[in-house]
Amino acid sequence: MAKTDALQGSLDLLVLKILSRRPQLHGYAIMAAIANASGDVLRAEEGSLYPALHRMEEAGWIRAEWVKKDTGRRARIYELTAEGKKQLGSEESRWESVSLAINRVLREA
Amino acid sequence: MSIWSRISNAVRGEWLNREIDEELQSHIEEAVAAGRDPREAHRAFGSVMQTRERSHSIRSAKWLESLVSDTRFGWRQLWRNKVSSAAAVLSLALGIGSCVAAFRLIDALLWRPLPIANSSQLYVLSRKMIGLNGRPIEDGYWATPNFKLMRDAVKDQADLIAISDADRTDITWSTDENVERAHVAYVSGNMFSLFGLEPALGRTLYPADDRTYGEAPYAVLSWDYWNHRFGRDPKVLGRPVHIGDQVFQIIGVGPREFTGTEKGTVTDIFLPLSMNRMATEDRADWHRTFVLLKPGVNAATALEPIRQHLSSVNHAFASACSTCYRGETPASIARFLNQTLVFNRGGAGISDLQKEYRRLLGVLGLLVGLVLLIACVNVANMMTAQAAARAQEMALRISIGAGRRRLVQLILMQSALLALIASALGAGFAAWSAPFVLSLVNPPDNPARLDLPADWRVLFFGLALTILVALLLGLLPALRASAVRPVAALKGGEDPHSPRRLMRAAIAIQVAFCVLVLFLSSLFVTSFERLQSRPLGFSTDRLLLLETVAGKGQLPVVWNQTAEALRAAPGVESVAMAGWPILGRIRINSDVSINGAPPSPNPAFFLNVSPGWLSTMKIPLLSGRDFRREDTSPGAAIVNETFAKTYFPGQDPIGRTFQRGTDQPINKIVGVTPDVPDHDLREQNGAVFYVPLNSVDDKSVPEPVSFATFVVHTEAKNPIALADSLRQLVAQRHNGLRVSNVTTQMDLVRDQTVRERMIATLAGFFAVVALLLAGVGLYAVLNYSVLQRRREIGIRMAIGSSRAGIVRIVTVDVFVMIALGGCTGLALGFGAARYITSLFYQVKPTDVDMVALPACAILLAALIATLPAVLRALRTDPTEILRAE
Repeated sequence: MAKTDALQGSLDLLVLKILSRRPQLHGYAIMAAIANASGDVLRAEEGSLYPALHRMEEAGWIRAEWVKKDTGRRARIYELTAEGKKQLGSEESRWESVSLAINRVLREA
Repeated sequence: MSIWSRISNAVRGEWLNREIDEELQSHIEEAVAAGRDPREAHRAFGSVMQTRERSHSIRSAKWLESLVSDTRFGWRQLWRNKVSSAAAVLSLALGIGSCVAAFRLIDALLWRPLPIANSSQLYVLSRKMIGLNGRPIEDGYWATPNFKLMRDAVKDQADLIAISDADRTDITWSTDENVERAHVAYVSGNMFSLFGLEPALGRTLYPADDRTYGEAPYAVLSWDYWNHRFGRDPKVLGRPVHIGDQVFQIIGVGPREFTGTEKGTVTDIFLPLSMNRMATEDRADWHRTFVLLKPGVNAATALEPIRQHLSSVNHAFASACSTCYRGETPASIARFLNQTLVFNRGGAGISDLQKEYRRLLGVLGLLVGLVLLIACVNVANMMTAQAAARAQEMALRISIGAGRRRLVQLILMQSALLALIASALGAGFAAWSAPFVLSLVNPPDNPARLDLPADWRVLFFGLALTILVALLLGLLPALRASAVRPVAALKGGEDPHSPRRLMRAAIAIQVAFCVLVLFLSSLFVTSFERLQSRPLGFSTDRLLLLETVAGKGQLPVVWNQTAEALRAAPGVESVAMAGWPILGRIRINSDVSINGAPPSPNPAFFLNVSPGWLSTMKIPLLSGRDFRREDTSPGAAIVNETFAKTYFPGQDPIGRTFQRGTDQPINKIVGVTPDVPDHDLREQNGAVFYVPLNSVDDKSVPEPVSFATFVVHTEAKNPIALADSLRQLVAQRHNGLRVSNVTTQMDLVRDQTVRERMIATLAGFFAVVALLLAGVGLYAVLNYSVLQRRREIGIRMAIGSSRAGIVRIVTVDVFVMIALGGCTGLALGFGAARYITSLFYQVKPTDVDMVALPACAILLAALIATLPAVLRALRTDPTEILRAE
């Protein structure tokens, strides 16, 4: 449970960042990438990942399209839009300032 | 993305669900392929349904989706009750279409601004005074010299523009052949530039073209005339056109939109004001005067000073006229000079058609509005009944958490759907009916022409009407449905009477409107019938009228020879001549002076006729004789009974004399005829005298006649069949006579009643529709009420109620409502009729049969409509009902 709490409010940032490095991932791959990159510390729950993806899609930050997989099934893959890149920048700087502030509190308290 | 994708997703909700499911499914497969336990992978999503719902609501516009699903639901509801829905749609479509058509006509004739610059700054000048017959009149026509004085007097604040009516005039495009008729208007040279009208070809008229009589024989065609007469041929410039004895040269074509300022008539040719001989005459009031305020002049403050300035100029002009008041008493001169100038808004043009049809179109608008309301009440009743039948469903929806707003939306969507379908159909009906009604307005040979564009004005009206109708239909049932209390409804109905109470009130309203429509219609239809069956006193049978002109005039002997030639033509029984046809558009008055006394205040009307005219018209002689060949004017006269009674009361008029003015020669009365309507069927007969067509000057030398009408009595039933051959016969004689118009006496009489025929036809039609709709409404309400009260009726029967008793409880309250509505309708009718008495002929709203007719009609309709429901009630089988309970 602690794992999801750590993600609170920063799922968007993680998804955008992942997509900015590796375009054209489907939902499972994004989830796997988050787990991988965080050394299995952070895990996006399926129940919140997809609504988040769909919300960002409606907001125009990411773009989705269907592709055929090797199995013959279709998969919905996502990539960053220009607007999404801007959003990523602002989310990153917000995260920077928040984590700096939290660190300062931890040090001085 | 964003709003558009959400809107499009809302419309295809199922598709969206499938897409989300597929994505989640593919995720699970990936997870399984990566080695996760399938069951665990499924579980990771929690409730799949919930995840899907969350994504769905993110990706779709929720409000729209509910609208879409309500529309679908509403459509299914309508589809389920196909017959009643179709009836609802048709009746609403008829109502909406009629309203839009009436709006199009009223807007085009009365409200729509002219396609000119500054139409809001434009006013029409007229004067109020006491007319010849002692009644107040408003005169909108002015003499050109007076106009010029007034124009110069206010030239710093406003421009004055003179425009004559566009009269139908004989014109030829080459000499003497092929007379055509075109609407010709004389306008002051400043009109085109002040109205901001640019020529489509050549140039327009300038102020310099409008200085002196005969100097600028230039003509500008309207675009419409150029289009339909010349097929937009640019070579029309420079062509000569003969009008009267003048020749004009085409110098240009006006802009496409501008068809003149006379609404209802399209001007074909514009000529300079100064080219009309009347422009030099002080006594000829012949054109309208428009006042265009200069830019930046404030109408609120500037109009009154301008009006006073113009008043003083006009008064000085009228007082200075030395020839105008010969033989008049000072009192009548003072009465005439007491004129009040008034400004009316002129931005929408001005015409006699507007004056004549303003009230009539208002009535028409009222009738169609009432029909639409009746239809709305019907449909609202239907929806109330359906909603009441769905009370349990509504209660269920509320108990499982549907918002009341959503319920209101559900029902409003259904009514909006009805209104939308109906207005789409109604638009088609309006597109056909507005031009059709317009074609009824004038006689067929001179139809009223109005631009009836379907532009944003009409669209906006139609849209507003549709929304109004949707609200009228849906609001009540929606509010009722949302007020459902689930507990009571699920228990088996709270107050079973409340929808019926509502529907009964609706019946009263409906009957009131229906009686109002019936009442007004019966007034119009009776007016028309009485007008049409008014005794004429002359025969219209087989009479062909050849209206003939002779340029500067030909001697009577030439006219007589032509009449002889016509008499000899095959198929002709007899031929006579008159100055102009009776009941046509021409009527000329004359002073009558007895024994050299001052002329009487009320003038008489005259007509010059040839010998034999009376017998050809089948007008009998009461005493005396017809004219003879040797009779001349002045000299002999025949008078009608009213003339004899007015000027020679109690005496034998034969042998008595009168003069047409104090110093005029003497006419001796040789015969007396009965009165015949000579100008307007609606008017009482006035004093009329006939004089011989042969007129002589004071030295007894015959005077030329420049126009007259040959009255040809044909052998064949259809006189118009001879028209072409007789017209050619006149032309082949090459004696300067030319037939300018052919008509029949029958048509002239028929044209007299065009307006009455139109309103009677339309009112009759809407009366039938209103009665039908009200009948259907009554039937539906009663039928529903009997169905609802089956249990009660069954119990009453079981405990021994008589059949009469059953009939009474089923119908009594409905008939109370009908009586209530009927009285209200009649009261409204008396109120409305007071504003339109001028449209009636020999009919008073208080006549017994005028009240009885609508009352009987509505009662009969009510009886027929209630019969099925009563029978159904009587056939109720108490045992069956009680067993079912």
